[in-house]
Amino acid sequence: MEVISDFFQAIPYDQILIQTLNGIVTGMILALIASGLTLIFGIMDVVNFAHGELFMLGAYIGVVVLATSGSFWLALVLATLVVAIIGAALQITTLRPLIGRDPLTTILATFGLSLVLQNYALWQFGPVARKIQEPITGQFTLFYLEYPWYRVLIAGLSAAIIGAFWLFLKYGTYGIWIRATTQDRVMAQAMGIPVPWVHTAAFAIGAGMAAASGVLFAPLVGVNHSMGLDWVLKAFIVVVVGGMGNLGGSIAASIFISLLEAYASIWVSPAQAVIVSFVVLILTLLFRPTGLFVPTPK
Amino acid sequence: MTASATAKVPLVEVEDIHTFYGKSHILHGVSLQVGRGEVVGLLGRNGVGKSTTLKTIMGLVNPSRGRVRFEGSATTGLPAHRLARIGIAYVPEDRRIFRLLTVMENLRTGLDRRGVSEARKQELLDKVFAYFPRLAERRNQAGGTLSGGEQQMLAIARAMMLEPKIILLDEPTEGLMPRMVSQIREIIEVLHREGVAILLVEQNVPLTLETSQRVYIMEKGVVRHQCAASELRVNDAVIHQYLGV
Repeated sequence: MEVISDFFQAIPYDQILIQTLNGIVTGMILALIASGLTLIFGIMDVVNFAHGELFMLGAYIGVVVLATSGSFWLALVLATLVVAIIGAALQITTLRPLIGRDPLTTILATFGLSLVLQNYALWQFGPVARKIQEPITGQFTLFYLEYPWYRVLIAGLSAAIIGAFWLFLKYGTYGIWIRATTQDRVMAQAMGIPVPWVHTAAFAIGAGMAAASGVLFAPLVGVNHSMGLDWVLKAFIVVVVGGMGNLGGSIAASIFISLLEAYASIWVSPAQAVIVSFVVLILTLLFRPTGLFVPTPK
Repeated sequence: MTASATAKVPLVEVEDIHTFYGKSHILHGVSLQVGRGEVVGLLGRNGVGKSTTLKTIMGLVNPSRGRVRFEGSATTGLPAHRLARIGIAYVPEDRRIFRLLTVMENLRTGLDRRGVSEARKQELLDKVFAYFPRLAERRNQAGGTLSGGEQQMLAIARAMMLEPKIILLDEPTEGLMPRMVSQIREIIEVLHREGVAILLVEQNVPLTLETSQRVYIMEKGVVRHQCAASELRVNDAVIHQYLGV
């Protein structure tokens, strides 16, 4: 009996609770990035290597708007809209001409975009990280920690954006167009759906969501030209684990992996905790390559 | 164009089209016409290019030579979504229902167009639900969960949502139970009465001869024979020659 009670006393409940909260916050941000990535992959079969740079670009536009207007919320909205427009322009000029070609060409194209955008940011803003001030600075006491309300707000806002996106996909005419095109591009076209423009719109939406997550997350990490790299890598893992092109799967995988990493960092250093995502990725590819959070294919 | 001139121009005019899939030459100069409100059968053995002819008219495959005209103007090279908007609807052989979309959402892919009032949308829905009560019962069910016959009904109903001037109908009775086949026959007759033209590709020769006014017979990528359907009903030598039935 004593062994059992010792075991239960050894569990760090307070840390687990804190890490659950942390895991959900990063999970929601990751879900916001991965939703766009999986949307773009699902509809166009394009693996968007420039997704992290759209996230970074969003954060920088946030920095600029915040510096001139002083409003975080204006920065969030403008960054989302501007990056969505940039995304549409990039899709029309670089991806639309490649439709129907070898997928390798789109990988090279988006990888090229990623390099151009990164170096543009380096040239324009320099190597020193910029800071975005969080819009609310309040904290609440969680055991021995002063936990910032802003983190909770990030999770809430990300969930709200994803929820709105889901409703749009489910009920909106253009949402139905996006889902129809994802399932059968040719038949969608035969039903009068302007497929090339649906592709552009999907890319713009994905880009806008990446930008929104960039602005939301910037106060926690600082803004620099390579900030997209870590996130896009993790977003790729999540998209594969969740089942390529499966929106619900990506969201579930984002939270699942972020929680695992958060718990792991109770016992090992956060840098080592990253290994957890790769372990999940490898196990998924080995045992369930269609994705963890999708129904078993018949 | 005056009204009398419009009446003389065929609705769809296919002129000497050559179509390739990669290096294989599928159509070797197909020509055919469909008049306004006319039901035209396209017969032939498997693999002679009937489906490819429909896909070429729909703009899903580009012919390397020849042209397609719709209401007198050339449509060759236009994207399929433009053709769907000006009045050509396509019901493919494998139905191609959007499997994860509900019956209602499948219909909305054709219904949610600019310039269609809510009242008109409701009218169109009421009409197809009256023809296909099964679809009304299953309106919130995913397309992939329907039976083969129900999927065929949905594919036709979905095409009707576009209020087309012509429906390209590819083997609508393939693999269906006799009861379903007679329902397909009825809907073809209803569409004909409403003035919708149909280009019907079928393996079911009796059904084609009963529902069509004219028939084309294809062999190895070209049209070999054309005549009134009534001719073949009394003289089946041609059918024996080209179809071996």
